[in-house]
Amino acid sequence: MAEFFTTNLGVFVIILGQCLLMAVFLLLSAYFILYADRKIWAAVQMRRGPNVVGAFGLLQSLADMLKLVLKEIIVPAGADKAVFFIAPVVSFALAMLAWAVIPFNESWLISNINVAILFVFAVSSLEVYGVIMGGWASNSKYPFLGSLRSAAQMISYEVSIGLIIIGVIISAGSMNFGQIVASQDTAYGFFGWYWLPHLPMVFLFFISALAETNRPPFDLPEAESELVAGYQVEYSSTPFLLFMAGEYIAIFLMCALTTLLFFGGWLSPIPGVTDGALWMVAKMGFFFFLFAMVKAIVPRFRYDQLMRLGWKVFLPFSLVWVVFVAFAAKFGWIGGIYARWAVGV
Amino acid sequence: MDELLREYLPILVFIGVALGLALVLLLAAAVVAVRNPDPEKVSAYECGFNAFDDARMKFDVRFYLVSILFIIFDLEIAFLFPWAVGFKDMSMIGFWSMMVFLAVLTIGFAYEWKKGALEWQ
Repeated sequence: MAEFFTTNLGVFVIILGQCLLMAVFLLLSAYFILYADRKIWAAVQMRRGPNVVGAFGLLQSLADMLKLVLKEIIVPAGADKAVFFIAPVVSFALAMLAWAVIPFNESWLISNINVAILFVFAVSSLEVYGVIMGGWASNSKYPFLGSLRSAAQMISYEVSIGLIIIGVIISAGSMNFGQIVASQDTAYGFFGWYWLPHLPMVFLFFISALAETNRPPFDLPEAESELVAGYQVEYSSTPFLLFMAGEYIAIFLMCALTTLLFFGGWLSPIPGVTDGALWMVAKMGFFFFLFAMVKAIVPRFRYDQLMRLGWKVFLPFSLVWVVFVAFAAKFGWIGGIYARWAVGV
Repeated sequence: MDELLREYLPILVFIGVALGLALVLLLAAAVVAVRNPDPEKVSAYECGFNAFDDARMKFDVRFYLVSILFIIFDLEIAFLFPWAVGFKDMSMIGFWSMMVFLAVLTIGFAYEWKKGALEWQ
């Protein structure tokens, strides 16, 4: 039996198993963070949130999913049918795809490629297509305007996310997540992670992640009072479910990226406690909690404010930061904390 | 198995799994749910009246401008990626030439700003 797993077919079976495991994990996490999102939102507003279906409303997401599957698929009269259905599939599949290179542990990942960050960056750039196709194919005014806004917003913040990632790559000297986490593993424990040297960028990255995933306070594509539900207006049933699931999986991806780039991935913050995938998941959960709190607390931005923040504040600031990190790493400023590869810690 | 194939095959398989999952969900609703369209139901959403004209109308040129700016900056980031990875083994020439490139880009950015390409009202 052990020999079987060294043959080509055996290796393929293992890969397929890993992929299915990852897909199950992603669907389960989308299920629970959707529930957590509603519960936290409700708690901030002194409501109970979902509490009828199952104990503490734990089965609410399942009930919603079943409801959506049983709903009628409505295709608008003027819609481009093929593009109309491709859009949610693209948006869901791309949100999942980025997870192929996200590690949970030194060896727990689907594909250990050396250009992992570039892959995630490329896939998250492609996510704009789902939105633009959905809005265009519906042939209705609100989705069209919503998708334009959404696309402009997503690409604007992508630029600053890219520059922030460059800073971390200079520090770590690698695009592989495993090596980035390994370079954060120092004698200083929690204070050796990149959040400390790259502190201003942690905030910029978090806010850009909110804008990139169209989360409140940057949920302008879905500003109900102006655009109803943005590019999703004409969608019902499972196409809508796919958009929704894709959105939450993309949000969770941003939590994973924050954890890996700035907060030491699977490294334990407490000295003496073993590192492991549980730490990774716990940190991701914590950042999702922050995402949910922001949604509950912060009022929505106006569109011109959003674009000004992206292009006139975040872009120049992250550009200057990249230059600063480059100089600090090259000339070993501040005890070489920007160049771990150089001092060999 | 070939090293490259061993690294990238899982990604291909994962695309397959993700697409399969999406298609299964789409088909589930197509099979299980009733379909009973009528002209009112399938008309495009509007605030209580029939749509006047085609929804794919003219839109503000600023959206176009934003996408052009995005291409410029994203391309620059694509240049920065290999530079950042090879940073530790880089000579001073490599370091300073990228700084000059970034300086040129900053001048362009300042020009855009002055011209009002980044204004929204």
